Amino acid sequence: MAEIKFEEALKKLEKIVDDLERGDLSLDEALKKYQEGIELSGQCSARLAGAKKKIEILVKNNKGDLEVKPVDEKVSEE
Amino acid sequence: MVKKGVDQSDLFGTASAEDGRYIYTVSDITRDIQGILENTFAAVWVEGEISNYRPSASGHYYFSLKDESALLAAVIFKGASRNIKFNFEDGLKVICFGNVEVYPPHGKYQLIVEKIEPKGIGSLQLALEQLKTKLDKEGLFAQEHKRLIPHLPSRVGIVTSLQGAAIKDILKVLDRRFKDLHIIINSVKVQGEGAREEIAQAIEDFNFWNESAAPDERVDVLIVGRGGGSVEDLWAFNEEIVCRAIYNSKIPVISAVGHERDVTLSDLVADLRAATPSVAAEIVIPKKEDLRVRVEELTDDLRRSLFEIAAGYSETVEDLSHRLRVGLDHAVALESGKLAMVAKKLLLLSPLALVQRYEDKISQAARAIIVRMEHVYTLRCAQFAKQIEKLTGLSPLNILARGYSITFLRQTNGIMKDAGLLKPGDVIESRLHKGTVVSTVTEVSCDGRDKV
Repeated sequence: MAEIKFEEALKKLEKIVDDLERGDLSLDEALKKYQEGIELSGQCSARLAGAKKKIEILVKNNKGDLEVKPVDEKVSEE
Repeated sequence: MVKKGVDQSDLFGTASAEDGRYIYTVSDITRDIQGILENTFAAVWVEGEISNYRPSASGHYYFSLKDESALLAAVIFKGASRNIKFNFEDGLKVICFGNVEVYPPHGKYQLIVEKIEPKGIGSLQLALEQLKTKLDKEGLFAQEHKRLIPHLPSRVGIVTSLQGAAIKDILKVLDRRFKDLHIIINSVKVQGEGAREEIAQAIEDFNFWNESAAPDERVDVLIVGRGGGSVEDLWAFNEEIVCRAIYNSKIPVISAVGHERDVTLSDLVADLRAATPSVAAEIVIPKKEDLRVRVEELTDDLRRSLFEIAAGYSETVEDLSHRLRVGLDHAVALESGKLAMVAKKLLLLSPLALVQRYEDKISQAARAIIVRMEHVYTLRCAQFAKQIEKLTGLSPLNILARGYSITFLRQTNGIMKDAGLLKPGDVIESRLHKGTVVSTVTEVSCDGRDKV
């Protein structure tokens, strides 16, 4: 769960809020969802605070197959 | 050469003369014509309308230039025809630059066109208009075909030059904004020879990559573009091959070519046009602040929803307990009513009442019996008196008074009415009106007469 992507966590959180807002859950289910939602909310906040960018390039190798390679960021930012 | 062709005095000496006439051979006159034409029209601009256009398999364009009253054969050789951006077609009014050339074997001359441009409108502009019309007819710009740009994409593919301004602008936006994004760049030439093929191929490569990549490695959206430049610099993004690659891409495409004012055909085909590469980046990379607000909103919604659900249930519980209470009261009331009725019934059914009732009945009956008995007694007394009176009349004693007697067998004390039942020796008693006589039977006669 620690490595969940921000947008996935946000989507899940949105879904949970939707579910809760529909209001047809049992109290137990609602509490469970709420608990899950609060965790996701915390994860989202954590991701927002410590997000890392990742830049790669798509290239063809000798065999002509596509692969992604890390790019030296300095080069692209010069 | 021109001088030579027209200087007849000079020619007379060399050409064959007959009867004072100067006679050319076909070759000679053709050569002279060639000389005159080719020298005179070595570098000319000609305006006309394209007609009878016949492209050859080898890449040369054969056609005629015409106006209301004349026709000029023309050709654009392969080397020059390659540079023509617009769609070459009959009826197009053009201005050509070139030289006139004579082809002696056919005795024909034609304009060898080096440059050609549409009349009244720039060549590139015309090409653009023509391609635009064509692609529009095919539906490449249709709104129905536009795909949604994903909100918060995880991976963004970028088709541009690693050396260009666009990628720098995009990365700058990334640094400013929410960095939680995976960027994959496919570096391509964005102008000059081969640029259009590289751009189209890069778009296809990303699509191919997505087909084989794991779901969490797939690119969600493509940014295709470059930084600003001249119309010619941006031209690759007006090329048909690039437009078709964008159209055929399964990954949604944001075009980001040049500056705000530059609109290319790629922009028209793309699912979304960003005015600049920076704008494209801003579209796919959200502001951290916006996201923080969104997370807060969702968290608030979460709390509120739970509270509402809990409140709803609490209301239900209250409602139920209220109903329970009311129901219970009602039930109790109902039962007590029933109880009262039963008690009443019970009271009615009480043995005391029954006893009372029976007592009443008994005393009634007793009274009735007494009355009845009195009545019966009276009646019986009366009857008895009557009987007595009758009996008095019927009494054997009274009959005895009249001289009769009754005979009893002493042994049985039975009244004797049949002499046959007596035998001699039986002691009989005869009761007279006054007194009794005891006799012993000596003889019995059955003819009705006793023998005493």
